[in-house]
Amino acid sequence: MKPFELVNASSLSSALGALGQAKGAVAKAGGVDLLDLMKEGISAPPRLINLRTIAGLDKIAAASGEQGAVLGPLATLAQLAESKALAGVPAYAALAEAAAAAATPQIRNMATLAGNLCQRPRCWYFRDADYHCLRKGGNKCFAHSGDNAFHAIFENDKCAVVHPSAAAVALSALGAKLELQRAGKDGKVATRELAMADFFVAPSKDVQRENVLAAGELISAVKLPAPQAGQRSAYIKQKQKQSFDWPLGEVAVSLTVTAGKIAAASVVLGSVAPIPWRAKKAEAALVGKAADEALIKAAAEAALAGADPLDDNGYKVPLVKALVRRALTQALVSK
Amino acid sequence: MAKRVKAKLGFPGHIESVEIELPPGEPAPWDADSKLAVIGKDATRHDALAKVTGKARYTTDIKRPGMLYARVLRAAHAAAEVQQIDVAKAKKLAGVKGVVVLPVRNARFVGQPLAAIAATSEDVAARALALCKVSYKTRPFVVQLDDAMKAAAPAVHAGGAGASAGAGKSANIRKSKSRRRGDVAKGLRAAKHKVEATFRTQVVLHSSLEPHGIVVDYKDGKADVWCSTQATFAVRDEIAKALEIPVARVRVHAEYVGGGFGSKFHAGTHGLLAAKLSRQTGAPVRLCLDREEEQTATGNRPDSLQRLTLGADARGQLSAMKTVSYGTGGIAGGAGTASPLYNLYDCKSKAAVEHDVYTNAGPAAPFRAPGHPQGAFALEQAIDMLAERAGVDPIAFRINNDKNPVRQAELRRGAERIGWDARRNKKAGGGAKLGAHGELRRGIGVANGLWYNTGRARGEIHVKLHHDGMVEVISGGQDIGTGARTLLAMVVAEELGLSPSAIRTHIGDTSGPYAPGSGGSTTTPTMSPAARKAGYRARLRLEALARKVLGLGDDAALVFADGKVQSKDGGKQISFKKLCARLPEQTMTFSGPRAPNYKAYRETTAGVQLAEVEVDIETGVVRVVKIVAVQDAGRLLNPLTARSQVNGAVLQGMSMALFEERVMDSQQGHVTNANLEQYKIAGAVDVPEIDVQLFDVYNGSNSTGALGLGEPPIVATPGAIANAVYNAIGARVMALPITPARVLAALAAAKKGGAR
Ligand SMILES: Cc1cc2nc3c(=O)[nH]c(=O)nc-3n(C[C@H](O)[C@H](O)[C@H](O)COP(=O)(O)OP(=O)(O)OC[C@H]3O[C@@H](n4cnc5c(N)ncnc54)[C@H](O)[C@@H]3O)c2cc1C
Repeated sequence: MKPFELVNASSLSSALGALGQAKGAVAKAGGVDLLDLMKEGISAPPRLINLRTIAGLDKIAAASGEQGAVLGPLATLAQLAESKALAGVPAYAALAEAAAAAATPQIRNMATLAGNLCQRPRCWYFRDADYHCLRKGGNKCFAHSGDNAFHAIFENDKCAVVHPSAAAVALSALGAKLELQRAGKDGKVATRELAMADFFVAPSKDVQRENVLAAGELISAVKLPAPQAGQRSAYIKQKQKQSFDWPLGEVAVSLTVTAGKIAAASVVLGSVAPIPWRAKKAEAALVGKAADEALIKAAAEAALAGADPLDDNGYKVPLVKALVRRALTQALVSK
Repeated sequence: MAKRVKAKLGFPGHIESVEIELPPGEPAPWDADSKLAVIGKDATRHDALAKVTGKARYTTDIKRPGMLYARVLRAAHAAAEVQQIDVAKAKKLAGVKGVVVLPVRNARFVGQPLAAIAATSEDVAARALALCKVSYKTRPFVVQLDDAMKAAAPAVHAGGAGASAGAGKSANIRKSKSRRRGDVAKGLRAAKHKVEATFRTQVVLHSSLEPHGIVVDYKDGKADVWCSTQATFAVRDEIAKALEIPVARVRVHAEYVGGGFGSKFHAGTHGLLAAKLSRQTGAPVRLCLDREEEQTATGNRPDSLQRLTLGADARGQLSAMKTVSYGTGGIAGGAGTASPLYNLYDCKSKAAVEHDVYTNAGPAAPFRAPGHPQGAFALEQAIDMLAERAGVDPIAFRINNDKNPVRQAELRRGAERIGWDARRNKKAGGGAKLGAHGELRRGIGVANGLWYNTGRARGEIHVKLHHDGMVEVISGGQDIGTGARTLLAMVVAEELGLSPSAIRTHIGDTSGPYAPGSGGSTTTPTMSPAARKAGYRARLRLEALARKVLGLGDDAALVFADGKVQSKDGGKQISFKKLCARLPEQTMTFSGPRAPNYKAYRETTAGVQLAEVEVDIETGVVRVVKIVAVQDAGRLLNPLTARSQVNGAVLQGMSMALFEERVMDSQQGHVTNANLEQYKIAGAVDVPEIDVQLFDVYNGSNSTGALGLGEPPIVATPGAIANAVYNAIGARVMALPITPARVLAALAAAKKGGAR
């Protein structure tokens, strides 16, 4: 690891200021991914701005009335998993389930929501500094011609990484918005709000980045829409091991059922594409219909339509299909 | 003079009276009639508290005044001529104190050691590595077994000693061993039922929690060495050679070892580099490998490609067994897997041909029962396939084809424990649809195991009696987690009528008496008889003294129990402590050299396992629900640590069956998962119910009757799990690990091929 400078920020605005000033300065939340990348020689930021010294950024504000829940960027995965404001609300349950299923207890105690969303892919070629791959500015995706058992089955023609964030899958299904802030030239804080789908960047747009965050920009809040009557959600992660393991596939769904019919549906697949993968055809198959086994099956087929596996990851197609069915079933039976 | 005694050997229900010739001066073996106070009863590990409280100091914990930290410079290419290693810049970096460059002409795998640098901190050493410049002339390389076997494959040992290509043949294939008996062709012609099948297993990494590491403190022609090793004396000799000093001037300490599993028999290149750096700098040098180095360059269990042909007659009696196997352990190391087939089952005609295949990857090292879990995975599935064709129940088939009474009894015990008749699916894949979505299928399978060792006539133990009644047991060998420290104390405690906790064992210091490396599951059967011999000699001396002190006749029998020595009728007694106070010397040392083996009831251990699994047929995910492990190991000295060995082996075997696999990249020759994150190892939640059924067999092979136990319980695990998976889903997975991808593929193939 290269030597670096650590700055403990005292407020969000001072952190934004510090990030805006120094070139190459990078925000550090839990440091779980950042330090890995630095130790592996994938990144070598000269200065880290520590956000964990800022009070209050881990707050989870419950939904009330028209107002949805608002999550602080430094809420840890452990906090999200245990929060009554999420786990206790059927519309939000998927997020609590995703947080609880990620990583290990020790990591969940350190890993933050924003850090989880902004972590970099775990592709073993990307993570090896000696492989000068597309994502690192090279001219080749080594997964295409190498071992790709854990790689993407959608949108994999350029770079076949899968997006690693469990929270991203759940938040995408819940229709969350991200509030982003940066220090403007005038010294004022500039704020923008983005839908999840607009935050993540597919390789076809830019293969070297996973999201649209500008230099010096931070996620300042994650906003969930207010729960709808009849809305329920679910998240399922399938691992090879029962103990800690990265997912082979993940699915998050959110369904709003009114008068026995599915009024709104979102189905998002994880660990199958370089971005959280919205299964629009599955959603279309569900909306306006009464849920039964045949419909669930059809939706699962639709969710995987168009998958284009590589040599070693064809198993993900039937596996994720099963997960879609299970997630839909789980959401429908939850009250 | 050799003495003849009768001993009751065997196991309950099968006890025989056997005449044994004892080597001169040896005690009669503990047999079925021996009434023992300590042996055979659970004893907590003497080092348990130190280990769980963190007091135990492992090699990585050692700090010496003025100690330097060393790192290894490693080859960046899988095959290259090393033209120059330029360390000039590194030497100039502030804090760098020493550099040793190895005379490497050819790099043959990514991660091969080239040089080492000692510096004032780990960080400085790492930065110095980055300043080294190595000029390579790269060559084509090969990292996969199948690729290396092709005629046109690059020769891994090109440009050096090793294979040379024959016309139309890969230079990387070396026939390593060929065994045959009877007439296999004839046996196959006579067969009514036949199985021909190809199996594959993966490369598995030892992944010891404590990576390889060493601290060498060389001063004034003497060296103190702390090393994470399973062979203290081998390390001593290698370090002495590297430093060109007599072995007596090297003292190796290995009080605690965080796992070895076969990978730690040597000082290793890093150890020799550390020794040379210590001599060069005149300072203690620590060189502990990181996880990536550990998973890349310190050993592995070779993979395998096994073609088996089995034949049986109409009644299901085996008529021929044949295996031809290939496997790669990288640039070196035996990959044979044929021993289970050659040594299990009574069949007149057998052929076993093994080949090692070189690849540009780190060298293999022995790994818990080398070759055996791989070989049994193939063999035990093929046996089940044959039994199915012959219409015979798998357990009945095994019993019919193997006269070993221990294994037969174990199979019956195992069948009872798992509920074989009632709970196993009569038709593979025909079980109930379980789970919330009807997606789960349960299945039960069985596999045989075997192991060989009865210990060797090597090594020695010292027992020291002190005048205050303190007893010390001393061995220069090591306890790599098998409980040796506790077992040696137990054996001496039994002999002297003391409690094991009253005895202090010193272990892991080569200033003590010689002990061989802990390999082949020989430590307990080799060292426990030596401990008994030393304790027995101490006892003889104390008996003579007690007779005098108690005024008994020269032949009067004495009982040593509960810390007392008394006449047989109990009329006269003296405490052990007071008796020691009457010894003529302050301290008396009794040496117990390991005698040659007596006559064994059986030279081998059996061991069978039964697995129950649950398979999700939609995702292909397998969960092991339960393993019944029925295991003998001669006379069981400490059932508590014995169960712990079985638990550990079953977990390692299960992890190999379902998860572990080193992945090599053919593009740049790296191990893609040289960490414990993407190299999948079973964790706490994966642990099934393990029903350990210890099977005491009174074995007259040595004075304690103990056989080895470290390796045997891993042999059957993958095969039992694979057979259980078949019973659950009606499709066979012919390769390890049994991943979701393989399960789904097997299911899809079975569906296509129709029900069998
Ligand atoms: C063994 C292991 C297993 C894991 N398993 C899983 C899993 O199953 N599922 C899963 O989802 N994850 C998993 N993870 C990943 C882990 O959850 C992430 O590494 C973690 O969430 C990162 O959070 P952090 O707070 O430590 O981020 P950091 O490491 O501190 O930061 C990560 C990135 O986010 C940026 N960042 C941090 N905060 C902000 C902010 N407020 N605004 C903008 N950018 C910001 C940083 O600059 C950096 O680029 C695993 C990790 C490990 C090591």
